[in-house]
Amino acid sequence: MSQIAPTTRLIALLALLLAVVSALWVWQGLPDNGRAFILNLRLTKLVGLITVGAAVAVSTVLFQTVAANRVLTPSIMGFDALYMLMQTVLVIVLGTTAYVTLPASGKFLTEVGVLCALAILLFGTLLGKGARDIGRTILTGVILGILFRSADSFLGQLLDPDTFATVQSTQIASFNTIDADLLPWAVGISLAAIALAIRLGPQLDVLALGRNTAVPLGLRHSALVIGALALVGVLVSVSTALVGPVTFFGLIVAGLTHGLAGTARHRILLPVAALIAATILVAGQFLFERALGLGGTLAVVIEFAGGLFFIHLLLKGRVR
Amino acid sequence: MIQIRNVDFQIHGNPILHDISTSIPKGQLTALIGPNGAGKSTLLKLIARLEKLQSGSVRIDGLDLSATPTEKLALVMAVLSQHTHVSSRLRLCELVGFGRWPHHHGRPSAHDRAEITRALELFDLTALADRFLDEVSGGQAQRAFLAMTFAQATDWLLLDEPLNNLDMAHARALMRHLAGLVRDQGKSITVVVHEINYAAAWADHVIAMKDGRILAEGPPADVLTEPLLSRLYDVPVAVGTHQGRPLILHHV
Amino acid sequence: MIRPLPVMLAILLSLFVTSLTIGAAQVSLRAAGSDAWAALVLMESRLPRTLAVVLTGAALAVAGTVMQQIVRNKFVGPDTTGTSESAGLGLLLMTILAPDSPVWVRMLVASLTALAGSAAFILLIRRLPAREVMLVPVAGIILSGVIGAVVTFIAWRYDLVQYVGTWLAAGGSSGIIAGRYETLWVAGAAAIAAWFAADRFAILGLGDNVAKGLGLDPAPVMRLGLMVVSVVSALVVVTVGMIPFVGLVVPNIVSRIMGDDLRRSIPVVATAGAALVSACDIIGRLVIYPYEVPVGLIMGIVGSVIFLILLYRPTRPST
Ligand SMILES: Nc1ncnc2c1ncn2[C@@H]1O[C@H](COP(=O)(O)OP(=O)(O)OP(=O)(O)O)[C@@H](O)[C@H]1O
Ligand SMILES: [Mg+2]
Repeated sequence: MSQIAPTTRLIALLALLLAVVSALWVWQGLPDNGRAFILNLRLTKLVGLITVGAAVAVSTVLFQTVAANRVLTPSIMGFDALYMLMQTVLVIVLGTTAYVTLPASGKFLTEVGVLCALAILLFGTLLGKGARDIGRTILTGVILGILFRSADSFLGQLLDPDTFATVQSTQIASFNTIDADLLPWAVGISLAAIALAIRLGPQLDVLALGRNTAVPLGLRHSALVIGALALVGVLVSVSTALVGPVTFFGLIVAGLTHGLAGTARHRILLPVAALIAATILVAGQFLFERALGLGGTLAVVIEFAGGLFFIHLLLKGRVR
Repeated sequence: MIQIRNVDFQIHGNPILHDISTSIPKGQLTALIGPNGAGKSTLLKLIARLEKLQSGSVRIDGLDLSATPTEKLALVMAVLSQHTHVSSRLRLCELVGFGRWPHHHGRPSAHDRAEITRALELFDLTALADRFLDEVSGGQAQRAFLAMTFAQATDWLLLDEPLNNLDMAHARALMRHLAGLVRDQGKSITVVVHEINYAAAWADHVIAMKDGRILAEGPPADVLTEPLLSRLYDVPVAVGTHQGRPLILHHV
Repeated sequence: MIRPLPVMLAILLSLFVTSLTIGAAQVSLRAAGSDAWAALVLMESRLPRTLAVVLTGAALAVAGTVMQQIVRNKFVGPDTTGTSESAGLGLLLMTILAPDSPVWVRMLVASLTALAGSAAFILLIRRLPAREVMLVPVAGIILSGVIGAVVTFIAWRYDLVQYVGTWLAAGGSSGIIAGRYETLWVAGAAAIAAWFAADRFAILGLGDNVAKGLGLDPAPVMRLGLMVVSVVSALVVVTVGMIPFVGLVVPNIVSRIMGDDLRRSIPVVATAGAALVSACDIIGRLVIYPYEVPVGLIMGIVGSVIFLILLYRPTRPST
C-alpha cells in the first residue's frame, strides 16, 4: 500500500540513529589504558539498554493492542509491580541464602515462567472478553498496581533488614546497574519474544479492532489474547529484572510510536517502537553519564522529559 | 437458513432470552424489530459467536455454530455489531481492508484490493478513503464499518442497527442496496431496525421480539399490524398502506 | 433499605474507640478518669493520633469527591492529579531555601504549590480533545509523574532523597506520631466548606453549560473546589505523608451505592473515608505489634481489595 515507503524510510532512519548513538556510546573518550576492559563494560551496558528498551516498547504496544486501548500499559496495569511482588515472595519462601545462591539463570527463568502464568490468569480474565466496561478495566488495573506495590512493600516491612536489602536492590529503577549474568538469557528470551510478536503482526492488527469486530472476522480471539499476554509477561520480566520498574517509559514510547509511525500495522509499529525506545535509552544514558556526569538519574529524567512530551502529544490530540 | 433451537441466555443469573426457537430464511432480507432491551442484540451476538451459547443450538446453512472453526464461519457470515469501538488510528481504507482479512489472513492479493475499492465506492467513501476514522462524521464512520462488512463478501450478513447515525438519504440507500443484494446476488441479510417503516418497506421477513421472547414472525404484512405493533411497543399505532406495503404511523 | 450515614457513623465510632485503646502501653478508657498516667497517654498520644487519622481520611475522601466533580471524571483523585506531588515540591523547596521557616509558613507554601499543580492539571485537561474521557486520568498520572520526577531530581541533588521519601512514599506516618496533627483541622474545615457548596459542585459536575443555564457561574465554584483539594492534599502530605487511594476509591464506592446527590453523599463520603483510614491505621498498628506498618501501606492493600470486591460484585437483578 501507499504508506510502505515512508515507513521503511522511518525504520531505516531510526536504525541509523540507533547505530550512531551506539557507536558514540562505545567509542567516545575510550582511554588507552584498560581498553579491553572498558570496551567490554560499555558493550555489556549497551546490549542491556537496547534489550530493555525493546522489551518495554514491544510489551507496551502489545498490551495496548490486547486491551484495544491506547492508555493502558503493563505498568499502569501493575505488571512490573506483580513481578516485584513475586520476587519478594520468592525470597521469603526460599529464604535469603537460598535465593542468593540460586543460579541467576534458573531463578530468572522461573520468574519469567511464573509471571507469564500470572499475567495470563489475571489479565486474561480481565481483558479477554474485550473489557465491556473499559473504565472499570482501567480502574481495576490501577487498583491492582497499588495492591501489588503495597503488598510488596508490606512484605518488605516484615522481612529482616538484611533480606530486605537483598530484595530492594533489585527493585529500584536504574539504568546504571545492569545485571551482566542475566544478560545472555534476557537477550535470547526477548529476541525470541519480539520475533514471535512480529510474526503475529497481521493477527494483532485485527485484534486491535476490538473484540466485537475481530471475532466476526474469524480471529481466534481468546487464543491470541493469551499468547500476546504471555509475550508481555516475558518482556516485562526481562526489563524489570534488568533495570527495575520504569513506569512511564512504555507509555511514552508507545505514544511516540503511534504518533510517528502513522500506521496501525504491527509489522511496522513493533520495530519502530523498539528502535525508538532503544535510541532514547542509549542516547539518554550517554548524555547523562558522559556529558553531565549524572549516571544515576536517567530514569528520573526520562519520566520527566517523556512525560512532558506525552502531555504535548495529548494536547495536540495525537495520542489515542 | 439459520436455525435457532431452544436458546436460553442469562447474564449474571438474569434471564435475557427465553427458549428462543426460530429460523431465519435464506435468500431474504429479515428485519429484527422490538423495543429497547428486547434481546435483539443478544440474539445476534449469539449467532455471531460473540457470546457463548449457554444452551440450545444454532446452525448456519447446516454448520453447527459450536463445532465449526471460527475462520470458516467468517467466510459464511459477516457481522456489524451495535457497539464498535476501534482504538487504533486507522484510515477508512485500512478499516474496510480488514473485511478482506478472512480471505487472505495478512497477504492481500490484487483481487482483495479491488474488492476494497468496490466496497468504498459502494458506500460513497472513495473521497474519504485516506481520512482517519476519528476525522469523519458519525454517519461516515458507520458507513465505513458497513463497507468493511460488505467487503467480507459472505452469504450471510448480520447488521445490528446499521441505520445508526445515517441521514435519510443514506439510510434509504442502504436499505435499497441491501434489498438489491438479496434480490440480485441471493445474499441473506438480517438487520435490526428501529425505524419500523424501513422494515415495512424493504424486509421480506420480520421477527418481532419483546422481553427476550419472539412475539411474532412472518411476512411484513402479517406481522406489522395494528394490534401486534401496539402490543410490541406499548404505544398505539395506526397502520395504512403506501405503494402496496404497510405504512406505520406512530409519531403522533 | 439501610441508611448509609448512620451505619457508617456507627462503624467509625467503634473504630475510634478501638484506636484509643490499642498501642504499646496498655490503657483502658475507664481507667483514664482515675489514673493520671493513663489519661496522659490518651490525651497526648492516642487521641491526637486517632483524630489525625479520622480527619485525614474524611478530608481526603471529600477532596476526592470535589476533584471528581470539577474534573467530571470518576477516575481521578488528589493523588493522581499531581496535587500531592506539587505540595511535596513546595515543601522541598522550603526545606532547601528557607530551612528555618516555621511550620505554618511551610504549609502555606505547600498549599500554594499544590494549588498551582491542580490548576495546571485543570488547564491541561481543558485542552484535551473533548471525547477522550479515559485520557483524563492518564494525563493526571503523567503530570504526577513529571512533578514527582522534579521532586526526586532536586532531592537527589541536595541529598534529601530519604527525607522526601517519608512524605511521598506511601504512608510515612511521621506526622501522626510526632503529633503535629492540629493543622489537620484546617483540612477538616476545607472539607466542611465543600459540603456547604455541595449543590454547586453537583451542578458543576453536569457541565459548564448546564451550570450557566441554571444561573451558576462555574469559575468561582471551580476555584473553591481547587482550593479545597489543594489545602487538603498539602496538609495531609505535610503532616501524615501521602496516603494513596482514599480520594479515588471512597467517592467511587459511595457513588455506586447511593448516586451523586452530593449534599446527601458528602457526609457519607467523609465518614467512610475516616472509617477506612482508621481501620487501616489500626491494622497497621496490630499486624507486627509492637512495631508499626505505615497506614499508607495498609491502605493500599485493604483499600484495593475492598474496592475490587465492590467493583466486581454481581449486579443484583433489577426486578
Ligand atoms: N453486559 C450486560 N450486563 C447485564 N445486562 C445486560 C448486558 N447486556 C445486555 N443486558 C440486558 O439484556 C437485555 C437485552 O439486551 P440487548 O442488548 O439484547 O437489547 P436490544 O434488543 O438489542 O436493545 P436495543 O434496541 O436498545 O439495542 C437488556 O435488558 C439489557 O439490559
Ligand atoms: Mg441492541
